[in-house]
Amino acid sequence: MTQTAQETPPTDHESRRDFIHIAALSAAGVGAVALAWPFVDQMNPSADTLALASIEYDISKVMVGSQAVVKWRGKPVFVRHRTPKEIAEAVADDHSSMRDPAPDETRHKPGKPEWLILIGVCTHLGCVPNMGGTYGGWLCPCHGSVYDTAGRIRAGPAPLNLFLPDYEFLSPTKVKIG
Amino acid sequence: MSGHSNYVPKTAIERWLDVRLPIVRLAYDSAIDYPTPKNLNYWWTFGGILAFCLVTQILTGVVLAMHYVPNGDLAFNSVEHIMRDVNYGWMIRYIHANGASMFFLAVYVHICRGLYYGSYKAPREVLWLLGCVIYLLMMATAFMGYVLPWGQMSYYGAVVITSLFGAIPYVGNALTTWLWGGFSVGNDTLNRFFSLHYLMPFMIAGVVGLHIWALHVPGNNNPTGVSVKSKADTVPFHPYYTVKDGFAIVVFMILFAYYVFYAPNALAHADNYIPANPLQTPAHIVPEWYFLPFYAMLRAVPNKLLGVLTMFGAIALLFVTPWLDTSKVRSMRYRPAMRWFFFAFILVTLTLGWCGSKEPANVVLKLGTAPNGDPTGVTVTTFSQFLAVYYYAYFLVVLPLLGLTEKTLAPPDTISTPVLSHGSIAMPAGAAAQAEKKG
Repeated sequence: MTQTAQETPPTDHESRRDFIHIAALSAAGVGAVALAWPFVDQMNPSADTLALASIEYDISKVMVGSQAVVKWRGKPVFVRHRTPKEIAEAVADDHSSMRDPAPDETRHKPGKPEWLILIGVCTHLGCVPNMGGTYGGWLCPCHGSVYDTAGRIRAGPAPLNLFLPDYEFLSPTKVKIG
Repeated sequence: MSGHSNYVPKTAIERWLDVRLPIVRLAYDSAIDYPTPKNLNYWWTFGGILAFCLVTQILTGVVLAMHYVPNGDLAFNSVEHIMRDVNYGWMIRYIHANGASMFFLAVYVHICRGLYYGSYKAPREVLWLLGCVIYLLMMATAFMGYVLPWGQMSYYGAVVITSLFGAIPYVGNALTTWLWGGFSVGNDTLNRFFSLHYLMPFMIAGVVGLHIWALHVPGNNNPTGVSVKSKADTVPFHPYYTVKDGFAIVVFMILFAYYVFYAPNALAHADNYIPANPLQTPAHIVPEWYFLPFYAMLRAVPNKLLGVLTMFGAIALLFVTPWLDTSKVRSMRYRPAMRWFFFAFILVTLTLGWCGSKEPANVVLKLGTAPNGDPTGVTVTTFSQFLAVYYYAYFLVVLPLLGLTEKTLAPPDTISTPVLSHGSIAMPAGAAAQAEKKG
């Protein structure tokens, strides 16, 4: 017995032990990462938040030239009933130089240019813009971003146009948002 | 904590404890017998003042958490319940709310003292870095605490600050959703902010422990910036600095009490007494005063990502300050040219804070009049850009280059020299030691 132990070179013992160390540490490392993920992911939106249903809204209440603010997924959604003048201004500006170019016809549903439905969150840092500003659309009170009557960014620090939510017209007076 | 200990246990129970857990020895060595430079001025009392602030915030905070409800529907009313119904709730909440401002006031003085006297230079870099970590933790804690009352400013403060992370390319949106726990700031956000707001002060307390440990290895810097050379340069911490710090804390408490009892909302915003409304942003939102200089830098840059980077960069610069300053002389007392750049830096940072509180398009310097009668000229934004350039240049140009080219005055040989001779003639070391005995 003692002879066999002596015959084996000591370096072999070392490399086998090294292997055990590396294997044990690797397994512990993989385990730690696997365990960390649930603790990170628990902060993502929970199932009930994700399941927030779409909403239906009766747009007949919104007068020409005004807007309604509807809450959807905790965020404001602007439902704006544009005047013919506002639509004409937006179309006229289609070829002006813009930070986030988009023709007016991509900002509303086909055949419904009077209804502009947008997520009312400034693309800069998330404040809710107020109606007004030099382009007749919206002006953000936080850092002065100016949007036109198609919700396109025209001045100020915001990088993008106001986002469009998924929506469809269920009837001429009813929209489903989400 | 470094060097040998002079602690001699006097009672049997102290002797028994000392060989099992030498905690009395630790306290004696670090708060009683700890050798401290004898020339520390009142700018050095702000470390003690900050310890007082941390304890105050934790004590009042634990009490407030007994009455506060972290729920989007109930939070605002629970704060009003504290203010109106809970016995002394108004006082405890006003101490906590104004305590945050006092904490930042003290930390800014403390940081500026370090910048002026070169306390960040070798061998105190780790001490400085730990201080920067504490400052970052303080900002995160203050921000999350400000969200908890769930008023309009709370809500939109949370929206704006969390949206800053949305500027990060590719992962920005996923990261903000992760921070929010939803598609907007809501109840889930409030809950996690409450949990973290309770946790972070204890993390701060932990890093403060490391900060003091890192302080006690090289020992305090001092107004001359000259290292301690002998026992003649130091006095024991107690009673010399326990009394000096104690006096400074009492004076600081007078200012603190003035705000708590006579102007409790002077540093707050009226809009935060309106419950959070996700559909309507207040007309003019500004952060708390202690974030205004950074807010001004954020707004000074017209690009979202670059603005966010400029703002975080302004804080990141503090972390690398020890390696940007090339001067061999620690204290600016002996750097006449550098002093002016330093005072300009303080003035610029304060002015940036002023800019942060103003509307970006306001005209600071009127140069003409627009056709519609509005004044035209240098706007707050342009002015902030100019000031932000100086803020950055102080760290990236002045500190590295002036250190190599400036003509400094000769610092004294020892701390005792200017104390005993009023800076004119050096005295023999023996005389200094004798004077120390008389003191």
